[in-house]
Amino acid sequence: MTAAADPGARRAVVRQSLSVGVATGAYGISFGALAVAAGLDTWQAMALSLLMFTGGSQFAFVGIIGGGLHAAPAAIAASSMLGIRNGLYALELAHLLNVRGGRRVAAAHLTIDESTAVAVAQDDPRTARLGFWLTGLTVFALWNLTTLAGALIGNLIGDPRTYGLDAAACAAFTALLWPRLRSRDGVAIAVLGAVVAVVLAPTMPPGIPVVAAAAAALLAWRTPRRERP
Amino acid sequence: MSMWTALIVAAAIAFALKLAGHLIPAHLLDGPRVRRLTGALPIALLAALVATQALTGPGGTFVLDARAAAVGVAVVALVLRAPFIVVVVLGAATAAVLRAMGWS
Repeated sequence: MTAAADPGARRAVVRQSLSVGVATGAYGISFGALAVAAGLDTWQAMALSLLMFTGGSQFAFVGIIGGGLHAAPAAIAASSMLGIRNGLYALELAHLLNVRGGRRVAAAHLTIDESTAVAVAQDDPRTARLGFWLTGLTVFALWNLTTLAGALIGNLIGDPRTYGLDAAACAAFTALLWPRLRSRDGVAIAVLGAVVAVVLAPTMPPGIPVVAAAAAALLAWRTPRRERP
Repeated sequence: MSMWTALIVAAAIAFALKLAGHLIPAHLLDGPRVRRLTGALPIALLAALVATQALTGPGGTFVLDARAAAVGVAVVALVLRAPFIVVVVLGAATAAVLRAMGWS
């Protein structure tokens, strides 16, 4: 279905897809190591990467459930809220991909930041489809392999605090947040979310302040303050 | 709730959200208002995660320790446009070195 696309554009999208896949693979190592540091076993870390397959949600899930199993509902809520954006990506992709049945299920599973970013960056719908599938499949393969590698490394090194793995999780969340702070509004939402979470933390079970902060920031944000541009 | 139950429920919701976007007619959820809300959600959530994981100790009390220093180093690395894996490794190394030197 992509055979008629311009060969130069095809080569470019293949290059983009593979480089995005490799970059994300490196990030899977940190996920695997952090998951076992949070108390998951290797199988559970791998199951998350295979079945959930959306990095931000996976980091949030293990970050919160690392506080103990009583934090499980908050972990599920946080990972689900972060997963909402994949649904919006899917709205954009559905028309472009135009697939049915089993292929639609596969397309849904591969609908993540990276595959969407490569697909929507293309001018031609044929290269966009190629970019979506190739990026999605490359990331899927490498993400799962590197999660296993990271989990095995994490199991080898014992107390995660000695190697700063708990701080690595903080750094990972900071890096996920960073590209979203380009606007003043983005910074304001981030500050509000952070302050609310820290203020609530002493009075609530682990994980709940994070969900509450997200809800509070959204309530503040949906209040209209001025005309839209 | 066991770890497996939590994991499978969370993964099922994540997949349902992706699939819903492929099945729902686009015009139902389109529009600047929905877009603004869903752009804001990850920001608030990730900022709250950074804050609680870096700045709270047992019982949720406020603490400043090696994790806060790690976030500071991560921000410097991000300003210098370091790739994701470098930011994570620098964060871990900062905390590991500070702890080896005896600072919490």
